[in-house]
Amino acid sequence: MSIYQEIILNHYQHPHNHGVVPDADSDVSVVNSACGDSIRVTLATDGETIINIAFEGHGCAISTASASMLTDHVKNMSLVEARKLTIHDVLKLLGIELTAGRVKCALLPLEGIHTALHKLEG
Amino acid sequence: MIDVAKDFPLLSNHPDLTYLDSAATALKPQSVIDRMTEYYSSYSANIHRGLYALSEKASSEYEETRQVVADFIHASSSDEIIFTRNATESINLIAYALGREVVDPGDTVVSTIIEHHANFIPWQQLAFQNDAEFKVIDCTDTGELDIYNKQGHIDLADIVTEKTRFFALSYVSNVLGTIQPVKEIIKAVRAINPKTLIVIDAAQALPHMPVDVQDLDCDFLVFSSHKMCGPTGVGVLWGKAAILDHMPPFLFGGDIIREVRIEETVFAQAPYRFEAGTPDIAGVIGLKAAVRYLQGVGMEKIYAHEQNLAHILLGSLTSAFGDALTTLGAKSSAPRLALAAFELDGCHPHDVAALLDEQGIAVRAGNHCAMPLHTRLKAHATTRASLYLYNSEDDIEKLTLALQKAQKILCPSIKK
Repeated sequence: MSIYQEIILNHYQHPHNHGVVPDADSDVSVVNSACGDSIRVTLATDGETIINIAFEGHGCAISTASASMLTDHVKNMSLVEARKLTIHDVLKLLGIELTAGRVKCALLPLEGIHTALHKLEG
Repeated sequence: MIDVAKDFPLLSNHPDLTYLDSAATALKPQSVIDRMTEYYSSYSANIHRGLYALSEKASSEYEETRQVVADFIHASSSDEIIFTRNATESINLIAYALGREVVDPGDTVVSTIIEHHANFIPWQQLAFQNDAEFKVIDCTDTGELDIYNKQGHIDLADIVTEKTRFFALSYVSNVLGTIQPVKEIIKAVRAINPKTLIVIDAAQALPHMPVDVQDLDCDFLVFSSHKMCGPTGVGVLWGKAAILDHMPPFLFGGDIIREVRIEETVFAQAPYRFEAGTPDIAGVIGLKAAVRYLQGVGMEKIYAHEQNLAHILLGSLTSAFGDALTTLGAKSSAPRLALAAFELDGCHPHDVAALLDEQGIAVRAGNHCAMPLHTRLKAHATTRASLYLYNSEDDIEKLTLALQKAQKILCPSIKK
């Protein structure tokens, strides 16, 4: 079964939360060294929850769809809960089976969000 | 017309596969597989010191490859052939065994922006570690090496000086598919500094065209077995005898010695001095079978086949996609092989490769171990299709149709 389901393609062609959060509390960029794809994540928080989040960058359909769905998912989520998200949560959101090679693509936005959250502590 | 697909069992085992990733690794003809299986089932003894029949047979089969390879590249002696693990290890051998010794602070080590990381990083690190300058020859926006003066002649006056210890260059780019004017470049280097050690990476060239090391007049030439229908795990380093004779060993261990005492070790002559430990005996025997297979088809025929496919490939991509598809180096005037690394507007190479895979086509996506080149040509990543003697015009048609399908899925709004 193709991983390029309509829902993935929709998120790829019209990604949610694409852009930059103004006056962000955290602004980070992460790179997938395997392919050179990069993603920038900006987020704003009220101290306890993520009140706004956005992403931009070079990415394939899988990483873009993942970023789109993931940023939707973490909006208004508590920082504590957001930090606990794993690749399994991402794959559940995407709803497709990925080969080991593509899992890295789906992981990139999650790494971006975790890095952004980590920077808040610093 | 070459029609050899039937010689390659993988293609019969995967009748729906269109394999377009030979630049990554080539498929293997049955004869190569048979020769290796024969070693393992009939005479898999160790080489060089056994005094029984099986070992003598293994030794002679192994050593025969040396002469077969020497003849294949027109080396003057089989003593100039060193077996390594792959082209990457061959280059590292030069950099470690010789480079570390001869590169002094203030010297220069030259490579180019179009190199595979294997012929870039070893020189970069050698320069850094020995406090030498790492000079990288740039390319133009169309992928030509920036070595020509206004009259269109090769002019290396700004690049090579009396301090240039090494000059490393690939014969064929694994991203651009273009064939560099290696012989002319070598002449130009030697005209400025006859002592510069010239290293040619022939990994992408040797499988596809006749190569003559004496005619080129390089000092070293490297290639990998697996890219020329041979097994993985074997590479070759060819070096001029006079240079190898003065090179210290790379790895130390068994087989490289004449005498070992507590106070000192006396090393053997080249090439044995550079082959420590038990090598990939089956692999070297497999390489011999691969060379013989290619010679049986004919290197000139293979080259002509590829030139034809290159022309069809580029033409097909252009007529199907127009400006929406950019093939790196397509606008270069250099001759080329049937290899195209391209960007398709609005379509990420990963997605293109994945969608092509869903249609049974194997291509590669990323930067193909040539990050500096991709950065220079402002390409984030590319999809690369590379053809070889077992590919045909049909494969190009399949590729083009599949790409059109992928484009429709990924960016339906893009018009040609």
